[in-house]
Amino acid sequence: MTDKALNMDGLETVYDALATALDQAGPDKAELFLVKLALLNAQALADEQLFRQQVQAALLDL
Amino acid sequence: MHTPSTAARPSIYYHYQVFKPWLASAHPEQDRKKVVIVGAGPAGMVTALELARHGVPSVVLAAELQFSQGSRAICFTRRSMEILQQVGVADRMTAVGLPWRFGNSFYRGQRVFRMEAPHDADDRFFPIINVQQQFMEEFLHDACQANPLIDFRWGNKVTQVVQKAGHAVLEVDTPEGPYTLDSDWVVAADGGRSGIRSAMNLQMEGASYEGFFVIADIRIDLPYPTERLAFFDPDWNPGNTILMHREPHGIWRVDYQLPPGETPEEALRPESLKTRIDAQLAMIGHAGVPWEMDWSSVYSARTLTLPEFVHGSVIFTGDAAHLLPIFGVRGANTAFQDAQSLGWHLAFVVKGLAGHKLLTNHSAERVGAAREIIAESGKSTRFMAPPSRGFRLLRDAVLSLSLTQAFVRPLYHWRTSRPHEYSHSMLNSTDDDNGLFKAGPAHGAPPQNVRLGPGAGDGDYLLDHLGGGFDLLYFTDAPALPESLQAVIQNVRAQGVPLKVIAVGATQPVAGADQTLSDADGHLRERYGVPFDHGSNAQAQGAAYLLRPDQHICARWLTLDATRLQAALAQALPQ
Repeated sequence: MTDKALNMDGLETVYDALATALDQAGPDKAELFLVKLALLNAQALADEQLFRQQVQAALLDL
Repeated sequence: MHTPSTAARPSIYYHYQVFKPWLASAHPEQDRKKVVIVGAGPAGMVTALELARHGVPSVVLAAELQFSQGSRAICFTRRSMEILQQVGVADRMTAVGLPWRFGNSFYRGQRVFRMEAPHDADDRFFPIINVQQQFMEEFLHDACQANPLIDFRWGNKVTQVVQKAGHAVLEVDTPEGPYTLDSDWVVAADGGRSGIRSAMNLQMEGASYEGFFVIADIRIDLPYPTERLAFFDPDWNPGNTILMHREPHGIWRVDYQLPPGETPEEALRPESLKTRIDAQLAMIGHAGVPWEMDWSSVYSARTLTLPEFVHGSVIFTGDAAHLLPIFGVRGANTAFQDAQSLGWHLAFVVKGLAGHKLLTNHSAERVGAAREIIAESGKSTRFMAPPSRGFRLLRDAVLSLSLTQAFVRPLYHWRTSRPHEYSHSMLNSTDDDNGLFKAGPAHGAPPQNVRLGPGAGDGDYLLDHLGGGFDLLYFTDAPALPESLQAVIQNVRAQGVPLKVIAVGATQPVAGADQTLSDADGHLRERYGVPFDHGSNAQAQGAAYLLRPDQHICARWLTLDATRLQAALAQALPQ
């Protein structure tokens, strides 16, 4: 993981923004929206290894 | 009794000739053959022509009495044209074909990706040329007929192959009944549904993808250049992909994916074809333009290969050896490379110039190529025809993002067939200077074509001068090859190995070379990474490349000596 981290305010902002966007996308398009977002984030991350780690972390405890 | 159809196949642009069957009763008793090739498609005929080039006769058995139905393979790569040049039919392909290098991908009415295949001034041929397969087969057949070493037999269907010790016996059915044919080697070039492969119960490795695609050839006047058109997820065929290609003679190929659950029989009903083709034409703004159907067929995507091509006396090649997806024009283009490779490998074994190990190498190299193609084209196939919900979501996300995000657009580009590099071939020299070169084709690579500049060979291309045996490119401006090298060359020739020497860099003919290319502007030396000083015209003396009969590089030296040339030739011809 990187040294950069969201502070509490930042994390809360992301939390609200993601929830609002999911509602905006609607149930039919939520999955598509999330995959697009994941690809954009992966591109910004520019780190295949880190992306794989995050995929594994997200697969836990579903 | 085998009774192939004697009615000419229907076509609105191609006149099918129905050939007379070859009948055993009209010929004398037959000796055991060196090579029998089962199948007269691109793989079979190129194998026959390459074998003949090396002096090895063959019998080619064609089950039907005419060329294949419909356009089938239509896109031929540069490397395929280079191979077809070697067997003498590239000019005819060029005369009728439509060359191209651009592809366009559309989503929601927007062009989201443009593929631009590089076209170097040093290349004689375009990245791709479109020609219907019947024409290509006709050109190859004419070349086979003109060759006294090729015994071409129409209407001869192989019904059984029995392997014996060191040879095989074929049961061949004809319109007058069966006969038997004995051969040292059998080349199974009998296509994707290879009867020989099935009878031998050989398993292929890899994957088959669900989902069918229709290909339909129509005659229509559309105002587009020869470029590939791909349409993703259109309103009339949601979630699926449509491809369009221009073909010669006013024909367009329309290729579309079927919705899940639809059978090929349903899809090929005339009203079903018409509805969909009309919908596609309407979508691109040409509703109501008259068109006429020529041929249609259905295919599915498969990435399968035999893990070994040589089985006793039987050698599989082309689609009989592997089934590769249409995306990236993998079928015939791979078959040409298989056949070119098989031609010289088998010829050298038949002539006793190398041992059975050479066929082991052929199989290893071409299975390696098939596996590389499967890995590459599997990616394209998963984008074009997503095999699961997850892959479909990712594909759809990429389509959606591509309207605004440039970084995903290259995912639209399915990799196109390219020649495999035999980087780890056992034929590659073990003590040459491969690693010391800073440019030029490396071990196992296909040759870099070069347009020859002022002086000898002006206006030609390097590949015009190669082939038919081993080629030694020797870089020098001295009046003669060193005597020690000439001694090695004469010695291998005396053993029957074809070896041509092309001297590069001298203004006068170089003694000991078969040909001299002056390369006055140093361009050939530059492309091959041979040190050359433009100012002083000084060059490294004695650099060299050794090319196999398929023109792939097997050795290169900054300074060649007799011992290392001898070693490289021994390595390339294992006993």
